[in-house]
Amino acid sequence: MAIKNKIDTFAGPLSRSNPITTQVLGICSALAVTVKMDTALVMSGALIFVLVGSNTIVSALRNLIPARVRIIAMLTVIATLVIFIDQLLKAYLYDISKQLSIFVGLIITNCIVLGRAEAFALKNTMWESALDGLGNAMGYGLILLLVSAARELFGNGSLLGFQIVPDFLYVEHGGWYVNNGLMLLAPGAFIILGLLIWLQRTVTGYTED
Amino acid sequence: MKALRKFLDGVEPHFSEGGKWSRLAPLYEMVDTIFFVPGTVTSTAPHLRDAIDIKRSMFTVIVALMPALIFGIYNTGYQVSPDAGFLQNMLTGGIAIVPLILVSYIVGGLWELLFAVVRKHEVNEGFLVTGLLLPMTLPPDIPLWMVALGISFGVVIGKEVTGGTGYNVFNPALVARAFIFFAYPGEMSGDPVWSLADDLTAATPLAAASSVQGADAVALVSGAGYSIWDMFLGLIPGSVGGTSTLAILSGAVVLIATRIANWRIMAGGVGGMVAAALLANALAPASQNTMLSLSPLHHFVMGGFAFGIVFMATDPVSAAQTDQGRWIYGFLIGVLCVMIRVLNQAFVEGIMLSILLGNAFAPMIDYFVLRQNIAKRQRAYAKQ
Repeated sequence: MAIKNKIDTFAGPLSRSNPITTQVLGICSALAVTVKMDTALVMSGALIFVLVGSNTIVSALRNLIPARVRIIAMLTVIATLVIFIDQLLKAYLYDISKQLSIFVGLIITNCIVLGRAEAFALKNTMWESALDGLGNAMGYGLILLLVSAARELFGNGSLLGFQIVPDFLYVEHGGWYVNNGLMLLAPGAFIILGLLIWLQRTVTGYTED
Repeated sequence: MKALRKFLDGVEPHFSEGGKWSRLAPLYEMVDTIFFVPGTVTSTAPHLRDAIDIKRSMFTVIVALMPALIFGIYNTGYQVSPDAGFLQNMLTGGIAIVPLILVSYIVGGLWELLFAVVRKHEVNEGFLVTGLLLPMTLPPDIPLWMVALGISFGVVIGKEVTGGTGYNVFNPALVARAFIFFAYPGEMSGDPVWSLADDLTAATPLAAASSVQGADAVALVSGAGYSIWDMFLGLIPGSVGGTSTLAILSGAVVLIATRIANWRIMAGGVGGMVAAALLANALAPASQNTMLSLSPLHHFVMGGFAFGIVFMATDPVSAAQTDQGRWIYGFLIGVLCVMIRVLNQAFVEGIMLSILLGNAFAPMIDYFVLRQNIAKRQRAYAKQ
């Protein structure tokens, strides 16, 4: 495989074939964990670990897995990785893992993970599968980062926990500004996501039939 | 008028193709057609001969809104100082409400113009109504920047995202109100927001009815000093245009007489509301929830029901399009409004959410009405 194809395998999911904005996969976690940037970052990190790992392992085993039981075999690999990262987060990032609650565990059912294993890792070499996993997970992470930045900034006036909107602007301190409560609700994430998709498709000219 | 025509004709070349402002052609077109009926004639069939066009019909809606608006301005002043004279109250109210309307028109109009220029089409007339409807559904003391943000959201997300006027799924003014309602609940609900005076808190009748858990809702309304007659006349705290059922009904007469709005939607809405309220009354003795015992008359004069069903639900784009569908659509809105008011006490005002839900269901209602008609005609054809 040529270098250009390898770059494409990695960079495609970042924009053109982004798992969230183009393929519209993994929406539930994108809505749930993007109220604040730190949870979105940790979630993205967890997904990068799981997706790269599962793609690599599934690809290594692709000639050994019988076609009829491939889903259950892939799920076993994914579930093992997810439990591993879940325990790791509980041990070292307890507060954030509590905020993420079940959503790390739910990576097992994240459509992106199983989708990449089924559509890509079963048919390609380990190295390419790892690149594909990294690209898709980072494409997911990129969108999560953008959505959570918008939600935290407008919903809380902060980014990564640092106050961005000055205190004196708030009504409580004699100003006029009020945080936007809609951004803290799931529909806020839907609207931000929709605007991102609109922007992306205006720039790239991508349309769906 | 002649001088204006001459001025418009004089600047016209600058806006036509090749002129220095040709990108701003929608702006010229907008101003020109507001003052003069355009001279363009349809060149292909079918030919409809009618003195009215979209712009004229939208102006009719503005005229129909006037009684409620003028009353709202007076009432805003009246709530601050009931003893002041008429002019004094109009002045107090005007100082609060005219800025709301101006912000709504200017900010929303800029978005409309931006999309018209980028997409190279004319500025759509529907905004004339949207820009006035939004401020009339808001509390009089809402901060202006929230109005600006709300109308931006309503115009862009509620309308332009799906293709502009004629393609919107939801009523843009209600989308704007829903945005403000969920984004800044502190400014849209609760007792302090409905009056201009800072030290005056006044519960709206709906808020009064649901204020005490387990206490009799009907008694709470009259206990707060609201008789049915008060609520019908509308000298009570509430949103700018929505307090006076009388003023709204006079607007409804204009809309129905000119056939701008469809009477079937309004009739269906009132029918649905009465049916749901009567059902609730029948269930009331078996339940702890005393909101169930509010009579249909209460629901009719309280909150924004009349305003919503007359001016919002009848929006020709987002409502159902078939006659049968309009009955069902209106009925659905009436039922949902009472259900939300009575069963979900977190949202005492149900009309906004029920119309938005009705908007979402309107295409499906039309689809089934059409399917049923096709099936009926097929059966009739098979019998021959």
